[in-house]
Amino acid sequence: MARSSSHLSQAVLRTEGTAPRRGFFRLRDKQREAIAGYLFLLPWFMGIIIFTGGPVLTSLYLSFTKYNLLSPPQWIGWANYQLLIHDEHYLHSVRVTLTYVLFSVPLKLAFALLLAMALNRGLRGLAIYRAIFYVPSLLGGSVAIAILWRQIFGPDGLVIKALSLIGIHTYSWVSSPNTALWTLILLAVWQFGSPMIIFLAGLKQIPPEYYEAASTDGAGSWTQFWKITLPLLTPLIFFNLILQMIGAFQAFTPALIVSGGDGGPVDSTLFYTLYLFIQGFGDLHMGYATAMAWVLLVVIAIFTAVAFLTSRFWVFYQDERG
Amino acid sequence: MALPEDVVVQEHSIELPTNTTNAKGRPRILTHILLVAGGFLMIYPLIWMFGASFKPAYEIFTNQGLLPQHPTGINYVQGWNALQFPFWYYLWNSTLVCLGAVIGNVVSCSLAAFAFARLRFPLRGVFFAVMLGTIMLPYNAIVVPQYVLFLNLNWLNTFLPLIVPKFAATDAFFVFLLVQFFRTLPRELDEAAKIDGANYWQIFWRVVLPLATPALATTAIFTFLFTWNDFFTQTIFLNNQATFTAPLALRAFLDSTGQSNYGALFAMSLISLIPIFGFFIAFQRLLIEGVATTGLKG
Repeated sequence: MARSSSHLSQAVLRTEGTAPRRGFFRLRDKQREAIAGYLFLLPWFMGIIIFTGGPVLTSLYLSFTKYNLLSPPQWIGWANYQLLIHDEHYLHSVRVTLTYVLFSVPLKLAFALLLAMALNRGLRGLAIYRAIFYVPSLLGGSVAIAILWRQIFGPDGLVIKALSLIGIHTYSWVSSPNTALWTLILLAVWQFGSPMIIFLAGLKQIPPEYYEAASTDGAGSWTQFWKITLPLLTPLIFFNLILQMIGAFQAFTPALIVSGGDGGPVDSTLFYTLYLFIQGFGDLHMGYATAMAWVLLVVIAIFTAVAFLTSRFWVFYQDERG
Repeated sequence: MALPEDVVVQEHSIELPTNTTNAKGRPRILTHILLVAGGFLMIYPLIWMFGASFKPAYEIFTNQGLLPQHPTGINYVQGWNALQFPFWYYLWNSTLVCLGAVIGNVVSCSLAAFAFARLRFPLRGVFFAVMLGTIMLPYNAIVVPQYVLFLNLNWLNTFLPLIVPKFAATDAFFVFLLVQFFRTLPRELDEAAKIDGANYWQIFWRVVLPLATPALATTAIFTFLFTWNDFFTQTIFLNNQATFTAPLALRAFLDSTGQSNYGALFAMSLISLIPIFGFFIAFQRLLIEGVATTGLKG
């Protein structure tokens, strides 16, 4: 504050600014703005240090240790990561999660787009249709719906009984390792409502003149879809893809409830996060769990980076042309 | 229609132009039939669950219809009293956690968003990039150190681990949403307030926040819904039935009855979903606009 007198004179001499006031009057506008900025960000800084950024780095450290909460972490180098490669359950959970992501995300987006296009045709009762298709995405992540799923695909549940009416006889989908994961994929696809709303908003932004011009040029609706609708929606497809993918990698609740907590039958619903939860908070293998978490972090980062890097080849931004 | 009038009016203003542009005489009735069938299939399980919650135990596995043949309220009575505390207690716990999370997110995220959207300071770009990065941060990667932290603070089996981080703007998605919204507000308003002698706090409090109510409402509603449905963090930090929230109570109930009492499980599941239905009905337009605009601005 030694130079404050010169700042004061500058502040007084300035013509365009406001009159400096009270405690801040010794500082330049720029400095006042910066201090205000940091003050407004104070909660966020604390969050980064204490609750997110700090813990991410601590996780990285713990992933190189053996740690069970009871005694201090003990450095073991890459041992956790080497164990992962040989852990059958872990490898299985990776396969299960990848299958889940690769099927549930594209199917969900496909349904979302299909329904958004159907609803964008100026139908009567749009609000009601939209509400019905949107509601499952609000409810679907809850324990309550997972319990419902467990019943309807469980032994003699609603869906199993209904299928037997049309001649498909099974006993239970959640108790069979071949089908259990598919009930969870179905649960994810059932929640296509929120990407549908996003697509619907995007479709409304497409100027009708584009389609009129295309039909005058003799383009059929199939061509119009591939040449107009899809390219103009790619930014939203990209956005939904990233969001849904990150969410799917971390799916937890449905697997825990539907499998009864162990990712069964025979690990067929052992989602990544579920196995991490069992290792970390069931068996107190905290070091091992953090190693799993960091692998997931890196995998998500890679998937996101690939999506971003390839996006310039397939995502089409309208304002780029102008 | 049970919708507020302005919603209906808005729908028409959207529908009319599309109606005229789409006047090529498509078989619209076919679309309606498919949509009705698809919608029915989608929500059949939900309606069936509602009906099943009034069915006696033997009927749940034999009656695939929507209506119970021998309606009974026994499931609600049994489920309500199945655990250590009556079910309202867990709903109340959920409500407390949600209220704390909502207040925390609205306060801290709007503060951070104002700084990012309106103020210039050194390293703003770097901090903004860090903030965007944390949107994609999987919760798995921070949960173990957070657990250790809360264990040492003696916060386990309290609601603090679920609420305090929200007061530190850790839900970066909402910071981003509010930044995007604040940026759409004309800067001339800030300048005018400044000339009138307002400081940054007054600009934030008197100018920006009142104009940002739709975005703040979106933040509040989605925070409530996400927190109400949240299971992962709650199951990690709450292990004592006295602190159980509704999802944890449902899980405990499921574990204690197994397959045997789906009627009562359904009854309590439905009760736990009532706030979500309520929010959906009350705020339908805000919810849908919230999803649509945050998506568009991504």
